[in-house]
Amino acid sequence: MDTLACIKRVPDTGAKITLTEDEQDIDTSNLGFTISPHEECAIEAAVQQVEDHGGTATVLSLGPDDAAEQLRTGLAMTADEATLLETDGEEWTPRATANAIADAARGDDGGPAYDLLLFGNESADAANHQVGVRVARALDVPFLAGVTGLDVEDGTAIARREVGGGTEVYELDLPAAVAVKEGINEPRYASMRAKMQARKQEIRRQTPERDGGRGTFEKVRLEAPETDDADAEVLGEGPEAVPDVVELLRDDLEVV
Amino acid sequence: MILGLVEHAGGEPTEESLEALTLAREVAADTDASLDAVVFGVEGAAATDRLGDHGVETVHHVADRRLDTYAPEARGEAVAQLVDAVDPAAVVAPGTTRGNEVLAHVGAVRDLPMAANCTDVDAGEEYELARQRWGGSLVEHARLDAPTALLTAAAHEFSPEPAAERVEPSVREFEPSLDDAAFRVGVDRVEESDVEGVPLGEARVVVGGGRGVGSAEDYDELEDLADLLGGTVGASRAAVNEGWRPHDDQIGQTGTKISPDLYVACGISGAVQHMVGCKGADSVLAINTDPEAAIMQKGDYAVVGDLHEVVPELNEALRSEA
Ligand SMILES: Cc1cc2nc3c(=O)[nH]c(=O)nc-3n(C[C@H](O)[C@H](O)[C@H](O)COP(=O)(O)OP(=O)(O)OC[C@H]3O[C@@H](n4cnc5c(N)ncnc54)[C@H](O)[C@@H]3O)c2cc1C
Repeated sequence: MDTLACIKRVPDTGAKITLTEDEQDIDTSNLGFTISPHEECAIEAAVQQVEDHGGTATVLSLGPDDAAEQLRTGLAMTADEATLLETDGEEWTPRATANAIADAARGDDGGPAYDLLLFGNESADAANHQVGVRVARALDVPFLAGVTGLDVEDGTAIARREVGGGTEVYELDLPAAVAVKEGINEPRYASMRAKMQARKQEIRRQTPERDGGRGTFEKVRLEAPETDDADAEVLGEGPEAVPDVVELLRDDLEVV
Repeated sequence: MILGLVEHAGGEPTEESLEALTLAREVAADTDASLDAVVFGVEGAAATDRLGDHGVETVHHVADRRLDTYAPEARGEAVAQLVDAVDPAAVVAPGTTRGNEVLAHVGAVRDLPMAANCTDVDAGEEYELARQRWGGSLVEHARLDAPTALLTAAAHEFSPEPAAERVEPSVREFEPSLDDAAFRVGVDRVEESDVEGVPLGEARVVVGGGRGVGSAEDYDELEDLADLLGGTVGASRAAVNEGWRPHDDQIGQTGTKISPDLYVACGISGAVQHMVGCKGADSVLAINTDPEAAIMQKGDYAVVGDLHEVVPELNEALRSEA
């Protein structure tokens, strides 16, 4: 069973986000980079399937030269191979990204070269919600988004996703593609040794063509919305505040 | 014409669908266009009456029985065929897992761009729009120019207002031609959750606990508070990562988005990625030891103090109220 996990290099914005002066990007002069959280889970799911069923796990990223760093994290998480679809660092549209990934994931027979393709449900930064579907349709394989549970049995991927009050279960014949969400698993922590080893591993590089398609969708600028910085009304300190809290809940908010 | 994609539960349009229709109606007004809707399933036609309240003139009802259970690829194909047949200037779907997924299929099979989770759309010759990035902590202003604009409406960004004037919608049956292959992905079965109480996304009161709660056991106090308020417990990512709560409980960018009347945030600092998950809350009450915590600005009400002292005392007081 061969798996492919597609990941994106994104700024590590646990902290406050500031924008570059031209408002085109997040100012990353003081930020590190990371893998989108959902996609970290995609890598974990890919290597788990290989642990259970044999085969190889490949991590793939479309991005700048520096995205090799995130691919090495994937290798340190025990992926076997890594492919970088190298760009000039400019942001690609979901369509162009998907076409480049589909080309790279296509086998000699025109079909997918992998049994299971894994994506994050949406990237942390652009959140376009469509790269996975577009790759799946280009390769003509079944696809499901929002996956928070995944088992493979006898050539079938059993995928689960949460709906209010329950879980929907889907069965997808392999080869298939899924977009996973945080919560599907706990991504493993790469050991120092694994990281050292990953540094020596080869990263395959390709330079894809960026194609257009019908219609255009262009970013004009980014904006960090004003947050309402009015202080909350302090009802009091410690347990002494309780009578005021009860009054608020009862009289103003009417929740009791 | 602008086409709204409507999801329903037993013939009743979902909240998110009505929000999306509100955006669709704005786009229609911008361009002097009429508003249509597409609904699926045998019970879909029952939604027609409600859709009239929202200004929908024609309801395209896809009654293929095979579509009674949700099948993303088949629905995407059906919408794509409807787009070919009625040529809308835009299709607007709710920014839910299903809405984003179905519309992305349309984008893929008709080679059209799609803008997910829009918060504002200015429609004209081209579409100038704003959409959520970073789970809502950043806004992207973008330009979309396509034969059909595919848009999803960010959940809980639009209030589902009825139209100024009700219309009497006409219903048109739409028969897509779908071969069995389109149904290769569909809900096989639904497993009921064994978690009792209201799902997080629908709860009227949510009591959230963060790293400040300190342990899995200490959530008992929060459970009690939630019970007393008829609500449900949620958590921050930090608490989930600690293993104190299951991921289903996570509120935020990579968790559930909630829209309760009241959110009580206990021992939660108020990181942007958390706050985008509770933006829909009418009121936020924070209980936190740190008066400088971000939640003290972002919330509406605050108690400065140790939640382990405040919450049990509050539970006592609420019990004696009852
Ligand atoms: C891409 C990305 C996605 C993310 N998605 C999410 C998400 O979906 N949801 C989410 O929540 N986070 C998310 N995060 C993480 C987020 O940035 C924060 O790290 C997280 O929300 C912090 O959780 P916390 O507030 O519980 O913990 P902390 O930030 O550690 O805050 C704990 C708070 O508890 C208070 N406290 C401590 N002890 C007590 C006590 N006894 N009584 C009262 N108060 C006390 C402290 O003063 C502090 O304010 C995401 C991050 C990234 C980068």
